[in-house]
Amino acid sequence: MDASVLLQNPIAARAGVPQPPALRRWEPGQELLTGPALLLGTGAAPLLPAVRGWLRAAGAAVLEELPGEGERLGTVVVDASAARTVDDLAALRAPLAPAFRRLARGGRVLLLGTPPAQAPGVEAAAVQQGLEGFSRSLGKETRGGATVNLLRVAEGTGDALRAPLLFLASARAAYVSGQVLDVAPAPGPVADRPVRTAVVTGAAQGIGAATAEVLARGGAHVVCADLAASGEALAAVANRVGGSTLHLDVTADDAPRVLAEHLARRFGGADVVVHNAGVTRDRSFVNLDDRAWRQVLDVNLRAPLRLTDGLLAADGALAPGARFVCLSSVNGLAGARGQTNYAASKAGLVGFVRAQAGPLAARGFAVNAVAPGFVETAMTAAMPFVAREVARRASSLQQGGLPVDVAEAVAFLAQPDAGGVNGQVLRVCGQNLVGA
Amino acid sequence: MPDRPAPRPVRRAAIVGGNRTPFVRAGRAYARASAQDLMTAALDGLVARYGLAGERLGEVVGGAVLRHSRDLNITREALLSTALDPATPAHDVSQACATSLQAAVTVANKIALGQVEAGIAAGADSASDAPIAVDEGLRRVLLELSRARTPAAKLKALAGLRPGQLRPAPPRNAEPRTGLSMGEHAARTALEHRVGREEQDALALASHRHLAAAYERGFFDDLLTPYLGVRRDDVLRPDTTAEKLAQLRPVFGRRLEEAGEGAATMTAGNSTPLSDGAAAVLLASDEWAAERRLDVLAHLVDAETAAVDHARGGEGLLTAPVHAVPRLLRRNGLRLEDFDVVEVHEAFASTVLATLAAWEDAEFCRDRLGLDGPLGTVDRARLNVTGSSLATGHPFAATGARILATTAKLLAERGGGLALISVCAAGGQGVAAVVER
Repeated sequence: MDASVLLQNPIAARAGVPQPPALRRWEPGQELLTGPALLLGTGAAPLLPAVRGWLRAAGAAVLEELPGEGERLGTVVVDASAARTVDDLAALRAPLAPAFRRLARGGRVLLLGTPPAQAPGVEAAAVQQGLEGFSRSLGKETRGGATVNLLRVAEGTGDALRAPLLFLASARAAYVSGQVLDVAPAPGPVADRPVRTAVVTGAAQGIGAATAEVLARGGAHVVCADLAASGEALAAVANRVGGSTLHLDVTADDAPRVLAEHLARRFGGADVVVHNAGVTRDRSFVNLDDRAWRQVLDVNLRAPLRLTDGLLAADGALAPGARFVCLSSVNGLAGARGQTNYAASKAGLVGFVRAQAGPLAARGFAVNAVAPGFVETAMTAAMPFVAREVARRASSLQQGGLPVDVAEAVAFLAQPDAGGVNGQVLRVCGQNLVGA
Repeated sequence: MPDRPAPRPVRRAAIVGGNRTPFVRAGRAYARASAQDLMTAALDGLVARYGLAGERLGEVVGGAVLRHSRDLNITREALLSTALDPATPAHDVSQACATSLQAAVTVANKIALGQVEAGIAAGADSASDAPIAVDEGLRRVLLELSRARTPAAKLKALAGLRPGQLRPAPPRNAEPRTGLSMGEHAARTALEHRVGREEQDALALASHRHLAAAYERGFFDDLLTPYLGVRRDDVLRPDTTAEKLAQLRPVFGRRLEEAGEGAATMTAGNSTPLSDGAAAVLLASDEWAAERRLDVLAHLVDAETAAVDHARGGEGLLTAPVHAVPRLLRRNGLRLEDFDVVEVHEAFASTVLATLAAWEDAEFCRDRLGLDGPLGTVDRARLNVTGSSLATGHPFAATGARILATTAKLLAERGGGLALISVCAAGGQGVAAVVER
């Protein structure tokens, strides 16, 4: 797996191959932002006072107007949640354009809007929907690894906006750009404690292993689950992150019971369940045999459904406020040649997340999906060279993501204070050119 | 002087769980792994299963039978390569094939006395990576050379060299006191107890069938971690048959046959092959396990080590457990019939059968064991129900820990009961243990 053949390669750079920006990723002791935050608004901008408080508490300098020449902005937050008229939208350009030009490398533009369905009136709904097109286009114009994302804040969201806002502003969201995330009031009081116990299926390698690592970094004990056959790599991951192993075939008849009992007895319930185990059996639809078709559906879709049902039904398998996170895929949203089975399973997870969100919220739980784009893993390393190179560059950030980028998004959705995000699909794709 | 605590009451050590590598025939997939590598892998898998990374345990006790001179403290060296807190102490024990069961008894006794709260017993062996020594004559010359101070003295030392000394001296598969291989010893015992070929093959077949079935139902999912890409014991032949086993030619007992003392019956099929692997078992106090919400599989109740005079006294080399078990039962007020699970290490099929025959033999029990009558009969339906060393393989020092973890899990599966373990060892020794849940 070598991302540097043409990317970030001095010889290739001299030969004229465009070089993608180096992304600012999480490091211990790092500042939240690389420069001061500028707060802008159009219309009443009711969210700015709270945003100011959260950014300041996180150690950021907050400005109300553009700083002097030479100073670069770490983030620009635009509160357009009260934009009601086309005039409000039109008023966006004047303050934002010069600020956008002054964005630092790895800078963040965070647009705050209102869900169009909640907008008061037709014009307001149109304007709020317009923000989506605006933010996605602006994302394609960034440089130096900067990102643009839109948070649609429902009525009464309050403190539940804090976690998604700070996540998207941070280096943890390095590969998240051009995305729209809905935030609603949290189902219960916003918990202020770290994740104690998390379980990650398919934790022996790739995104699963990275997820275990990021969750453990936050203080969680991670139950690393995978097939017994992967036990050697799994033990290494578990020991590295100070977690423990569970040999589990997620498709086994008794897997829901085994997992529920393990979580209840050993840990008094899990705070986080990450449905990450997945397989690919790529072939054109007509050449797929029934076994390869079913196997992918069984592992990627049926197993998360069954495990979730099993954990919800079991006594004590889940801690109060538990979070589920599914690993979907941009290919599941956009479709991919030779991946009819895979895309069916990964799109199925999106349906699962949306349908399950309401019932889970009623019990104080939440469920979301992360949809990775092109990520540098053993799976993508096996792609043909040209296809891989094209896939890497087919994003606004002009490069593939790393497993840790996906893991950061999973860990964010797993945060106790991220309860305002439910039933959502967060793409971690560097704003991939394909997909919804 | 401040108040000193009252003497601690003795408690039973809990068996929390085990882990082992798959066992592999010598010279195959683990050919380049050392015993220390294997032990590290078994320990790390155990640490991962029970989330012990960074924990300081009371003690890790382990050993290897085939040892290089560099393996002076193999358990401690292996421990330093694992995720355990390096402040965990370790020491080596050595008792041939009973090594890791004896290690478990040591750890359990420390727990019982309150000296430690938790520990690991482990064993590893690599018959592939066996030590090769230099010829004894060459060794003396080299030592003399290293002591020589002057060129003349060095020359004089070198003059002691003889071409024949340049041959390496490989490890011997023979008893130091008798010069006989373990198989030849076992063949003698088999003759003494009139153990036939057919019943040996039947026991070997049962071992393979039972082990294959145990794998099928996932019994080993939480007892084993793959190593170097190997997922199952490669000695296991799920499709072997009585016919195939019957076709194998005897390899041990041929000298006895030639001497007219009885037919040779021991084949490669009903004897354990040289193999590589490692096993470890986690023992703890009930309190330690409860604090970590770890289930206790069973408790180690008692153990007895016996030795026999195989060198001069005419006792069978591998018959020490025949003596250990009756003493252990007597001390605990138990009969053979009381056990729900019986695990007798299958060094050779004939060893198991001779052991069972001895306990059923009124004369033997009276004359040799000092009992009033036969010790009793082991119900075959309770014997080695998930297979034993014939199908699993037998990396010498790993077998005891393998059997102890398997036994504890079998009791946990039953929801309760009593188990008897019997492991014979070279040097005329053997260890028996009672496990209960």
